[in-house]
Amino acid sequence: MIIKGGIVYDPANGIFGEEMDICIENGRIAEDAGGEVIDARGLLVMPGGVDAHSHIAGPKLNTGRIMRPDDSRMGTEPRTGVCRPSTGYTVPNCYAIGYRYARLGYTTAFEAATPIIEARHTHEELEEIPIVDKGALTLFGSNWTVMECVRENDMEKLAAYVAWGLRAARGYGVKIVNPGGGEAWGFGSNVKSIHDPVPHFDVTPAQIIRALAEVNERLRLPHSIHLHFNNLGRPGNYTTAIETLELLKDIKPSRMRQVVHVAHMQFSAYGGTGWKDFESKASVIADYFNQTDHATMDLGQIIFGPATTMTADAPLEYANARIGHQKWSNHDIELEESSGVVPWVYMRKMPVNAVQWAIGLELALLTKDPWKVVMTTDHPNGGPFVNYPEIIALLMSREKREEEMKTLHEVVRSRSTLPSIEREIDWSEIVIMTRAAPARILGLEDKGHLGIGADADISIYNIRPDEIDPSKDHAKVKAGMSRAKYTIKGGAVVVRDGEIVAAPQGRTYWVDAAVPERDMDRMLSSLKEKFERYYSIRMSNYMVQDAYLSNPFVVRAGVQPLKEVI
Amino acid sequence: MRLQIEDVLCTFCGCLCDDIRVEVDGGRIEKVRGACRLGSSKIMGHSRIKSPMIRVNGELREASYEEAYRKAAEILVSAKHPLLYGWASTTCEALKKGILLAEEIGGVVDTTATVCHGPSIIGIEEKGLVGSTLGQIKNRADLIVFWGCNPSEAHPRHTLRYSSNASGRFIPEGRKDRKVLVIDVRETRTARNADRFLRIQPGTDYEMISALRMIIGGKAESLPEDVAGVSRKELVEIAEMMRSAKFGAIFFGLGLTHSRGRYKNVDNALSLVSELNSHTKFVIMAMRGHYNVTGAGQVLAWSSGYPMAVDYARGAPYYNPGETSCCDLLSRRDVDAAMIIASDPASNLPRGCVEALAEMPVIQIDPFENPTTFFADVVIPSAIAGIEAEGTAYRMDGLSLRLRKLVDTEYPSDVEILQAILDNVRRLRDDN
Amino acid sequence: MISGRTLAQGAGCEDKMSRLYIDEVSCCYLSEEDYRALGLSDGMNLLLTSPHGSAVLRAGVDKGLPKGMVFIPMGPWANMLTGTDTKGCGMPGFKGVEVEVTPTDEKVLDIRELMLRGR
Repeated sequence: MIIKGGIVYDPANGIFGEEMDICIENGRIAEDAGGEVIDARGLLVMPGGVDAHSHIAGPKLNTGRIMRPDDSRMGTEPRTGVCRPSTGYTVPNCYAIGYRYARLGYTTAFEAATPIIEARHTHEELEEIPIVDKGALTLFGSNWTVMECVRENDMEKLAAYVAWGLRAARGYGVKIVNPGGGEAWGFGSNVKSIHDPVPHFDVTPAQIIRALAEVNERLRLPHSIHLHFNNLGRPGNYTTAIETLELLKDIKPSRMRQVVHVAHMQFSAYGGTGWKDFESKASVIADYFNQTDHATMDLGQIIFGPATTMTADAPLEYANARIGHQKWSNHDIELEESSGVVPWVYMRKMPVNAVQWAIGLELALLTKDPWKVVMTTDHPNGGPFVNYPEIIALLMSREKREEEMKTLHEVVRSRSTLPSIEREIDWSEIVIMTRAAPARILGLEDKGHLGIGADADISIYNIRPDEIDPSKDHAKVKAGMSRAKYTIKGGAVVVRDGEIVAAPQGRTYWVDAAVPERDMDRMLSSLKEKFERYYSIRMSNYMVQDAYLSNPFVVRAGVQPLKEVI
Repeated sequence: MRLQIEDVLCTFCGCLCDDIRVEVDGGRIEKVRGACRLGSSKIMGHSRIKSPMIRVNGELREASYEEAYRKAAEILVSAKHPLLYGWASTTCEALKKGILLAEEIGGVVDTTATVCHGPSIIGIEEKGLVGSTLGQIKNRADLIVFWGCNPSEAHPRHTLRYSSNASGRFIPEGRKDRKVLVIDVRETRTARNADRFLRIQPGTDYEMISALRMIIGGKAESLPEDVAGVSRKELVEIAEMMRSAKFGAIFFGLGLTHSRGRYKNVDNALSLVSELNSHTKFVIMAMRGHYNVTGAGQVLAWSSGYPMAVDYARGAPYYNPGETSCCDLLSRRDVDAAMIIASDPASNLPRGCVEALAEMPVIQIDPFENPTTFFADVVIPSAIAGIEAEGTAYRMDGLSLRLRKLVDTEYPSDVEILQAILDNVRRLRDDN
Repeated sequence: MISGRTLAQGAGCEDKMSRLYIDEVSCCYLSEEDYRALGLSDGMNLLLTSPHGSAVLRAGVDKGLPKGMVFIPMGPWANMLTGTDTKGCGMPGFKGVEVEVTPTDEKVLDIRELMLRGR
């Protein structure tokens, strides 16, 4: 297949809007190719979108669907010759997730949080999501074995456990959510700072984070630790964010990437002492990112209208339910985590929501290096991912931002710096924030770019970058980005003129990390005891079986050969 | 050759115990260790339907699988609005095929949940569910409440593995470290082993829950001296038991969902637990009956957005319990054919629904004969999931586990049967 | 009348044609007081009539039951007495059905006769 005449953006390879042809052979970008010719003359062409942080599969998704039949009634589409039926807006069914990503031109999406013991369910849902490649990050932040290794300062054993946990969950990376808080929530409390000891375990969140970061690098995992800060969602929490990032400054990355990826930064960039004097601290956070190089972030931009909040930060969901007088689901997971789900609505005239909206945009606009920023809504916490084109239009047009701000509560002008920000993001930066950066941050070498040998995941939009001025034509930008002219996944056309034309099964990425056998044996003997005494299932029934990954893609990692370590 | 298989899953009730030991000799199950009476009786096995059957002139006659598949497909294709019912005692993989079939023929998929914990699900739609995995309760709960359920008879190993009699990290002495409270209309075996039994009048669960919510909310004085036959003093003591627990867990059963108030009882109980969390830690869980009724709800939810009673007649899923649930569809004659898989509506539904079933063509897929067989026009015997076929099932707390295959069989699995029916449906469609 | 699960009903519930199951679900239980007041003894049957139907069951005692309540293990006999109205939520009334109880000489039907009665 040859894509002819498109205006190509491939910033990872130094291509910033050049007219060129792209050749595809055997599902990869090639030097030359024959076969089908796609006429993309003058159209915007870029690598397929990569979502590095989205909640798309697992128990909390179904909890959301089951408690929200009202949501499932939105976005209903009947089956077609190609597609199974779609339902839902904030908690779509599995099929809708795949089709809607593909229509946006996205070809990869990673589920951001899965407890090991419930990973089988996550993979059952991932298997049902068509088209996109996917993977799931694994939760380690309130895990008994992790905390015990940290307390004993036994990093070899911790590395063995993390490697085993990733294998058991068929997981892709280390996710840490409100570390220690999930355990404290087991008796209804929380940790209040990164130095507040976890009840019964005699470790602090700071120690857990640091140890997992060290082990992450020891294991040379493709992705860094992926961190949801303590105190997320609370006024004044920006100090926790910076204090936590400072903890990790001196850790050496084992690969060409960050040491820590911060999940949905917007929810942790809050000033004020309470909701009344709540204000944006996005500029302080952006300054920190501008002055350091060890951290990356995704936005967690909010979208006005309905959302469904879902997180392993269970105490946060309890607070959400109380503040919003909303129905509340909670799910504690033995020895590993807690979690919660609460429906939500972000309102334009609500002062806090207006400021939250501004914070996400400020973070993207004030952070100078787009490689440090991934555009997300923390779907469906900040709103559903189908709104990405809205965010793209906002980032590209100050005029649109001004128009929007007129519809919001006036505090958006006094409690954020957004009104004074002139920057308008260009196409290259959009492609970095939605493709190149998330792929690099996740360590997906064959994604996010169009170099020879890369996966032939490509999106083509009905937008003519040479003719359009995104600053003024933001409505066209939004409309064009909402319905890809073509989405090509692994060399196959899956979307044509905004409609799904094929729904192949994507791959599931997971990381198999090797550790020295003696460390693994030592770890397993203490883990066995946990199964005998505390888990409610048997160890032999715990690991996700191969049957749940019909199309796996295994990334190898592991501690370096022994002689290099010495 | 004698083979000992460890850590087998028991495919009987929602406890989904995964620590059973089974001895297999020459392809036959010889011994079951560690299971309860319910589980052993299922795993040891009993008489099976021998061959596919098709009803001819009122009598079931043996047929080949191919004939049965074709006949089943004919029934489904010629029906205007078929019901595909059951699913609680088979694998998630089977239901996935069933949903695809329903999409293609415009049928309704409903599970046995609608006549079991369906009202609990509606309660969750109203209030959300404050829950946990069973292991969390095993490790932490110092108060266990059984409300309108009787695990001693319905979930015999529940108390030992997960609740009152289990030991865990913060409950090292097991039963000694926990209080057990039973609330029921009759003094069940479970009640006899409790620290405290509160007997209530039938149909007064809602009043009791409301009274407890008032006490927890600090409004005890507003209550009358007597609440539907229970003294205020006793209710204040019960509320205090709950509030003073470090970690409390309520397990509730059909006592709430089958009685007056139905889903409103559950809605109220969920609210009570939510409110208790302002004072201490509390969770609540439905005692799900069939081993994979939870999984059936999960598969339907991720496929359609809804956990039961999903109607595909419009091409997109439509859900309205009370309209698209089996009991209503049958009693209103809103469906004109039924495929029953791994369940027995003839025994478990009210007589009025069974009469409707008798009037329409019925396909039965099941390893065993049961009263539904009397009404079936096509009978397709299947392998027993978890014994003769692999697959996935979800425990009552939502934990998914993989069922093993213990012995070989000549019977096709539910997945294979459904795929064959789907193939026949497609072929018939193409021919027309 | 309330219906519910019992151990024997459960053990037989995937072997519905077994003696064990059928014996269990064709029996109804009363409080000791009611049992005596009706003059029942071992081997006697009761005719239960509800607004939705009727059935003959064997009678037994359950000491855990209060006066005025009949318990039937869930199954075909109990369902002869339950109605189909789900009050708009999908769930018929399996518990809390008002029934009239009369000692009878009529025999308990076998499962086939019961299911196909009137057909």
